[in-house]
Amino acid sequence: MHQTGRSILIAVRLMIVFIVVLGIAYPLLITGIGQAFFHSKANGSLLQDRNGQTVGSALLGQSFSDAQGNPLPQYFQPRPSAVNYDGSDSGGSNQGPENPALIADITQRKAQIAAFNGVPESEVPPDAVTASGSGLDPDISPAYAAIQVNRVAKARGLSVDQVQALVAKYTTGPDLGFIGESRVNVVQLNLALDELR
Amino acid sequence: MQWWMAALLLAALAVPIGLLYKPLGNYIAWVFTSPDHWRPERWVYKLIGVNPDREHTWHSYLRAVLVFSAVGFLLLYIMQRLQMWLPYSLGLPAVSPDVAFNTAASFVGNTNWQAYSPEKTMGYTVQMAGLTVQMFVSGAVGICVSMALTRGIAYHKRGTLGNFWVDLVRAVFRILLPAAIIASVILLTAGAIQNFAGFTTVSTVAGGTQVIPGGPAASQEAIKMLATNGGSFFNANSAHPFENPTPWENLFQVFMLVLFPFSMPRTFGKIVGDHRMGYVILATMATLFVIAYVSITAAELSASGTAPQLAGASMEGKEQRIGIIGSTLFTTATTGTSGGATNSMHSSYTSIGGMVAMLHMVLGEISPGGVGSGLYTMLVMVLLGVFLTGLLLGRAPVFLGKRLGVTEIKLVGIFILVLPVLALGGFGISMAIPPVRAEITNLSMSTGGPHGISEAIYAFISVSVNNGSDFAGFNANTPYLDTVFGILILLGRFIPIALVLALAGSFANQGRATSRASELPLHRPQFVLWLVILILYIAIPTFIPVLLVGPLAEGLH
Repeated sequence: MHQTGRSILIAVRLMIVFIVVLGIAYPLLITGIGQAFFHSKANGSLLQDRNGQTVGSALLGQSFSDAQGNPLPQYFQPRPSAVNYDGSDSGGSNQGPENPALIADITQRKAQIAAFNGVPESEVPPDAVTASGSGLDPDISPAYAAIQVNRVAKARGLSVDQVQALVAKYTTGPDLGFIGESRVNVVQLNLALDELR
Repeated sequence: MQWWMAALLLAALAVPIGLLYKPLGNYIAWVFTSPDHWRPERWVYKLIGVNPDREHTWHSYLRAVLVFSAVGFLLLYIMQRLQMWLPYSLGLPAVSPDVAFNTAASFVGNTNWQAYSPEKTMGYTVQMAGLTVQMFVSGAVGICVSMALTRGIAYHKRGTLGNFWVDLVRAVFRILLPAAIIASVILLTAGAIQNFAGFTTVSTVAGGTQVIPGGPAASQEAIKMLATNGGSFFNANSAHPFENPTPWENLFQVFMLVLFPFSMPRTFGKIVGDHRMGYVILATMATLFVIAYVSITAAELSASGTAPQLAGASMEGKEQRIGIIGSTLFTTATTGTSGGATNSMHSSYTSIGGMVAMLHMVLGEISPGGVGSGLYTMLVMVLLGVFLTGLLLGRAPVFLGKRLGVTEIKLVGIFILVLPVLALGGFGISMAIPPVRAEITNLSMSTGGPHGISEAIYAFISVSVNNGSDFAGFNANTPYLDTVFGILILLGRFIPIALVLALAGSFANQGRATSRASELPLHRPQFVLWLVILILYIAIPTFIPVLLVGPLAEGLH
């Protein structure tokens, strides 16, 4: 019992040391390094428009729909989001492969995207009809960007080539050629389209 | 094509791990055998009142582990309950008693099961001074226990296992903290955030509004992966672009997760003076890892099931930049360690993919396992393998000069029973109590049918084996489940630790049993194969009945 009492005293003192070093000094050190050397990244890779107004983050997807939830034709559309691109929340649908609601959603999204872009349903790629894990995925596949080019060009009165050039600019291949997937950053792409005006 | 990518990705992980195996393993061995104390460490020992040169018997070692964990548990509980008075609480209220209990148990138990949504529950002070601290020390406790067992095998007639306080301080200051600082900086270069900005609302490109979260995420992310914790700053865990912004960082996260667990067999070999045994353990861990990786990847690439077929690929719950293979490699690593971090939603995996993730956990987290806990759990399996080999060959079971007597084998036997008893017993008893069953089926399961059962089984396995990942559609935040899961986590963590330390104590008291010449042939590839089969054979049949009504039934849909 005496032994246990002594151990408790040691443990309490040691926890205080750990809280000071690991819980306060360590995160502050990393914050200092981040703010000094990686300022933009450590603050969330924020994007500004022409007027210097912050319009979002290059890493977080956002909605390109109107207030009623209808997709705006002049913007490339992102993947579906289970949290409606709310950055104070994050997460996926967590629906299983046989979930009737998920099956209905995918069916409906497929039809809607095909009609919206004027392509057959067979051309709608998987990422276009599935919600991401974070609900904040900023990227779409090049295939999903490709079926949206004509529609965006038409809505903006731009040539298809102009839009395609921008898509190419915001397309990233896999890191080192084999890590990850090719992707198009929708937020940066749409911002760049707006800046064209 | 995709299989080539999968192989390349695995190679990109295996090469750095292989290159670091010797130097890192040797370094860890030096940390736990060096007689010299660094000056700052001496200050700490003086401050806390410990004589660093006094060694612990297994009783004292266990008492110190339990007391330290209990104190950490209480502090974390109190901190959450007083959240509203702490700085940088972001206006969040005190955490409710049952969530605070569950979370304290979960982080002290190196499980990091999260019944709460971090963005909506935990302010910065609790995340840093509470949760991040436990991520370091709970991982360190695992390393300490594995080193105590290693010393028990290495020592002859010494009786003691080292000093827990010294081991703990060294594990934190010589291993985890330096590694976490380096890893945090690498995460920052990728774009992980580290600030105290709170939530900012911006006007989006299309003229809507969006809330952008801030926070000290990179520092927490580093230790979350390195000490196989999994407790994330954000609800979406490693799927969140602020934690895991790029594909190469995703690979780096997997690397962090398996780095220490894969290096510890070298540490073991170094300390007991038998490097070949280190390779045997490494080979067994790696074989199981590759089997799991190939199985999960095959399941996800097959896109079987109605929804993946309809969509054209199993992309629900996966990030575009990471892709399917980056997700399955991560899932393999997180279920093979006590990680529990997720970069894709396991619940939306194909039914077989989700089932393999469960099977990988029920192996007991030995491929390569948690920091420390992976090594000691694997050593228990090795002891069982040695015992059975001895029976088959009609020779006395001896492992590195230690006799496996009745006491030792009883301890091994009980150890192996802990997981199935907790996971299946906990699930079975809960479902047998009518009001609890009603609550779980109506309130917790997101859907009826086999998928709902899968969600519940996954949760019971995950907490009992101290993993922490989940089928996140399952609402585990009910007073009953918060309490039961908290208890299962604590039992699943500390019963095995007690058994391992008892085993270590019993070995440390023994002298060298026989000359090396009469030892069993344990260094051959056949023994690795024998261990792999044994591990699969012990774990899988136990869980087959419950998997039949969950993922297998769903797959037959």
